[in-house]
Amino acid sequence: MLLNIKNLHVEIDGKEIISGLNLGINKGEIHAIMGPNGTGKSTLAYAIAGREGYEVTKGEIIYKGENILNWEPDKRANEGIFLGFQYPVEIPGVSMTNFMRTAINAQREYREQGSISGKDFLARMEEKKKLVEIHTKLTSRSVNEGFSGGEKKKNEIFQMAMLEPTMAVLDETDSGLDIDALKIVANGVNLIKNEENAFLIITHYQRLLDYIVPDFVHVLYDGKIVKSGGKKLAEQLEEQGYEWIKEEFERVS
Amino acid sequence: MNAEDQILDKITSSDYKYGFTTNIETETAPIGLSEDTVKFISAKKEEPQWMLDWRLKAYRHWLTMKEPRWAHVKYPKIDYQDIYYYAAPKRKEGPKSLDEVDPELLDTFNKLGISLDEQKKLAGVAVDAVVDSVSVKTTFKKTLEKHGIIFSSMSDAIKHHPDLVKKYLGTVVPYTDNFFATLNSAVFSDGSFVYIPKGVRCPIELSTYFRINAAKTGQFERTLIVAEDDSYVSYLEGCTAPMRDENQLHAAVVEIVALDNAQVKYSTVQNWYPGDKEGKGGIYNFVTKRGACRGVNSKISWTQVETGSAVTWKYPSCMLIGDNSVGEFYSVAVTNNHQQADTGTKMVHVGKNTKSTIISKGISAGYSNNSYRGLVRVTKRADNARNFSQCDSLLLGDKCGAHTFPYIDTDNKSAIVEHEATTSKISDDQLFYLNQRGIDTEDAIGLIVNGYAKEVIKQLPMEFAVEAQKLLQITLEGSVG
Amino acid sequence: MNNSQQISLKERFEKQFEEHKKNLYKHDTRKVAEYRSQGYDAFRRLGFPTRKLEDWKNTDLKKALETDYKQEFELTHEEVNVEDLFECKVHDFDTEISSLLNGWYVYTDSPLKKLPDGTIMGSLAKAMKEYPDLVDQYYGEAFRLEQNGFTAMNTAFAQDGVFIYVPDNVKVKRPIQLINIINKNENIFIQNRNLVVIGKNAELTMVHCDDSVNHNISFTNSLTEAVIGENAGLDHYKLQNLNNNSSLINSSFFSLEKNSRLKANAITLNGGLIRNNIHVSLNGENGAADVYGVFLLDREQHVDNQVFIDHRMPNCYSNELFKGILDEKSTGVFNGHIMVRKDAQITNAYQNNKNLLLTDEAKMNAKPFLEIYADDVKCSHGATVGQLDKEAMFYLKSRGIDADKARTLLMYAFAAEVIEKISIEPLKVRIDDMVKRRLRGELSVCDRCVLHCSEPEKEIEFDIDLSKI
Repeated sequence: MLLNIKNLHVEIDGKEIISGLNLGINKGEIHAIMGPNGTGKSTLAYAIAGREGYEVTKGEIIYKGENILNWEPDKRANEGIFLGFQYPVEIPGVSMTNFMRTAINAQREYREQGSISGKDFLARMEEKKKLVEIHTKLTSRSVNEGFSGGEKKKNEIFQMAMLEPTMAVLDETDSGLDIDALKIVANGVNLIKNEENAFLIITHYQRLLDYIVPDFVHVLYDGKIVKSGGKKLAEQLEEQGYEWIKEEFERVS
Repeated sequence: MNAEDQILDKITSSDYKYGFTTNIETETAPIGLSEDTVKFISAKKEEPQWMLDWRLKAYRHWLTMKEPRWAHVKYPKIDYQDIYYYAAPKRKEGPKSLDEVDPELLDTFNKLGISLDEQKKLAGVAVDAVVDSVSVKTTFKKTLEKHGIIFSSMSDAIKHHPDLVKKYLGTVVPYTDNFFATLNSAVFSDGSFVYIPKGVRCPIELSTYFRINAAKTGQFERTLIVAEDDSYVSYLEGCTAPMRDENQLHAAVVEIVALDNAQVKYSTVQNWYPGDKEGKGGIYNFVTKRGACRGVNSKISWTQVETGSAVTWKYPSCMLIGDNSVGEFYSVAVTNNHQQADTGTKMVHVGKNTKSTIISKGISAGYSNNSYRGLVRVTKRADNARNFSQCDSLLLGDKCGAHTFPYIDTDNKSAIVEHEATTSKISDDQLFYLNQRGIDTEDAIGLIVNGYAKEVIKQLPMEFAVEAQKLLQITLEGSVG
Repeated sequence: MNNSQQISLKERFEKQFEEHKKNLYKHDTRKVAEYRSQGYDAFRRLGFPTRKLEDWKNTDLKKALETDYKQEFELTHEEVNVEDLFECKVHDFDTEISSLLNGWYVYTDSPLKKLPDGTIMGSLAKAMKEYPDLVDQYYGEAFRLEQNGFTAMNTAFAQDGVFIYVPDNVKVKRPIQLINIINKNENIFIQNRNLVVIGKNAELTMVHCDDSVNHNISFTNSLTEAVIGENAGLDHYKLQNLNNNSSLINSSFFSLEKNSRLKANAITLNGGLIRNNIHVSLNGENGAADVYGVFLLDREQHVDNQVFIDHRMPNCYSNELFKGILDEKSTGVFNGHIMVRKDAQITNAYQNNKNLLLTDEAKMNAKPFLEIYADDVKCSHGATVGQLDKEAMFYLKSRGIDADKARTLLMYAFAAEVIEKISIEPLKVRIDDMVKRRLRGELSVCDRCVLHCSEPEKEIEFDIDLSKI
């Protein structure tokens, strides 16, 4: 198993947000996590990526056979965990090119490969830009600064393509996208997907899953996965909303 | 009577006259400051009488002055009688090979990407003339001669171009200007002299590194740049390598004169020894830098990247006298550990339609204090003067301080003066974002800080800019997390 | 600099202190008496501020201190009817009035007023007799004795002023209006001391007016301490409309406890020489201070606003906005200083100073300082000095508005940003009108108070939607 989350409990400022979550993901799989707002979807994403302030009080996250809870975020990234942010932050003055080159070289250094040549790097940029249909010159633009909502999300997928992660977590990458941008993002994911990597797609709506077909759909409610199923479950949620899940959950508990 | 006393005796006796020379054995002036010290220095440099007279006037004025205390810096009282004011550029017994050089220093050199040969040179390892460098110097010299450009040490200029020096020295920073400048006027050791003739655009960046006869200029450096009508020059000061310097007090003066349509661009990367992590040692850098835009449409642009020194007190300024003249100040000042910097600029608008721009980026880390202090003055005659100032501060850690002290004096109704400033810290969001892409925290801070300082760094000549970026990162190493 | 006059004025005051010791200490509680002695020592040491001091560099008191001033050490005015002197005709402006005449509470001898909600107001001298414990609990708690020679001097020499005490949980409905009137014919030197205490969860609105009713030379050195308790709020409006021969040093110290709020607004319409020292100390978490000011100057008037905001604790907020219009030979100073101390994490502090210079003789000095020792802060400041926007002028002219009117209109729009922050509607309307009239030159030296305008208001001739400019 590539990623195995066991009985995960996460607190923010002493308040428990994730309470006993279990999730296993194998290479080559796409998992979707759905659920109403405020149930801990983003918290799960941050806990996997290792953000400060998201305190794991119980449980384990096993990635490639190792418990990664003590790993710094950059180590997790260099081991192949990628987080596509819901709200990518702007970093003024830092050009996209410089940023990506630093990131790729950090990864290569971690893997004891030499740094990438300028020529190879630029070629790779050009190739991956096409993948998500970015047409502007990134050299002159600062990270996310002045990007439209859609551009920011495309930029996340572009970075994912550049860094070629093993485990990609996309946090509401579809929110705020028009249908064309949504297709581009989905297409990017489908092109990057292979037998050696896996995706965890966090979304509120089913529509992204029309373009990226998940192997498994999980419903997150009250900090736990309360229902799992196949693509059908997503459709059912789209039609019937989350109410019936809540009712079912409350009946059980 | 020993040799030293004999010399002093001679100097102080009245028969001192122009051209006085002597076979001096001593390489160092006696400790402390007196008229004799001043005379000793002047004699040592074989200066003409007018130069000595000027130094003495400065010295006598200095005696009436008090050390300024208004800057937001603290340092122990300096005993001006416990300083050697003149040490001849005698060859010091340096390390014999790189093995003898402080490994920390070499580590820094490596990070800066400085070649082995240069490393040796910078660390003071005795090296035979590097062939490359010699040939560079020769080509360089020929190019300048072809254009009639004078680029020499101040001592040489006093000897070979006395009229030019006499005409401009002290006209921008008078010997009465301030405590440290006055001290410099009395005892300045050496420095650079640049003269760009009318209509000449200096084809290369002038850097002290390439200066012919560049003797060790010491702690009281004096630089004078004169740009005649329609000329242009870009001057680079300093060296990006962290020179270990045993002089604690540095009081340099830089004067720039720009005549009609002339443009002078002055770039500094200052990285003197900032003291150790506990704040022991380090250079006190009390510098007076001022440019006068005397001619119409003239322009003086200061760019500085300040990462070194224990205490910095420095305000590169522009007197915008000529109509339509332009002054610019771009600054990045980084302080870490126990460093203190009080730096900024003065823009004095005298001519009509004069413009000034101030972009200052302060970055404080560790226990340091970093202050921007700037004055924008618009005098009565300066119709349509414009100023825009932006002074941002970035804080790394909760033990440092970032301060902004702007002074705005406006005396003309058609002037527009705008000042903006922000203070903030590096956001956790930005750090996490970069971490998530595999970049460790130290590199992430380096990236963010360089992004933050970009507006200023892009003003530097290309090769300087690259090294300045590396310096920023090195200075901040270990400052967070 | 020849400051023999100043020295002699200082010496004269020293002499008078000794002479009138008995009177000066007459009403004092033990604590006040202690402060008085300390204040006197400090005044002797500090003297009057000179331009050599950084904070006083741009305000020259030399001329103002040349006059042979006299302070009244004993109450000399007869029991007057305040209404004879002063009548507030702001429509719908219902206030509780307390007045100081030449530095003395008008009804010094009458007992302190106790409002139905428990609020106490009246003469400070009297309060020291009637409520000595209350006075001692708060007197001296907010101010800095040695901030400058004037704060020390006031502490040594002030004998009376206004005392206001709002008990815990009381939200005072009617604003309290404090009026300083000067009507003496001699060169009077007035030193009054006000103490305002707002209890926990209490609220108060204060309107503080400085007015002269004649053209005589006067010097006022006024000091107000306001202690704002936990979760309490103070709205403080300062209106200054003095004659051109008057000098006013006005020091206000606001001390804010946990979760408390301050809204201070200093509006200067006229005055010879005015110095406002505004000192805000955020002593508890979650304090919030809005400090605004506007000044309209002409002739040789001089206004110096010094605002020091001291962020001492985490999670506090402060916002400063000062705007000035300077005409003729007037001079203005703005010195804003935000201090964020080590412990004051998560501070938000903003400071903005904008000025219009209308002539080449007018002069503005601005020093918007930030001094920051905590890292988790958001601070910004801005300062501009300029003139009316040429494009806006052209736009108005192209709509048929003549240059003069267009100028007035734009100046008004400039000042309005601060006026709009006044939360008492009738006061806002009144001040708004005052500013308009001031800008049209109709209100140069008001011979009466700002709020006392018996003439029916003239309609403002222009009425254009300013937001469209």
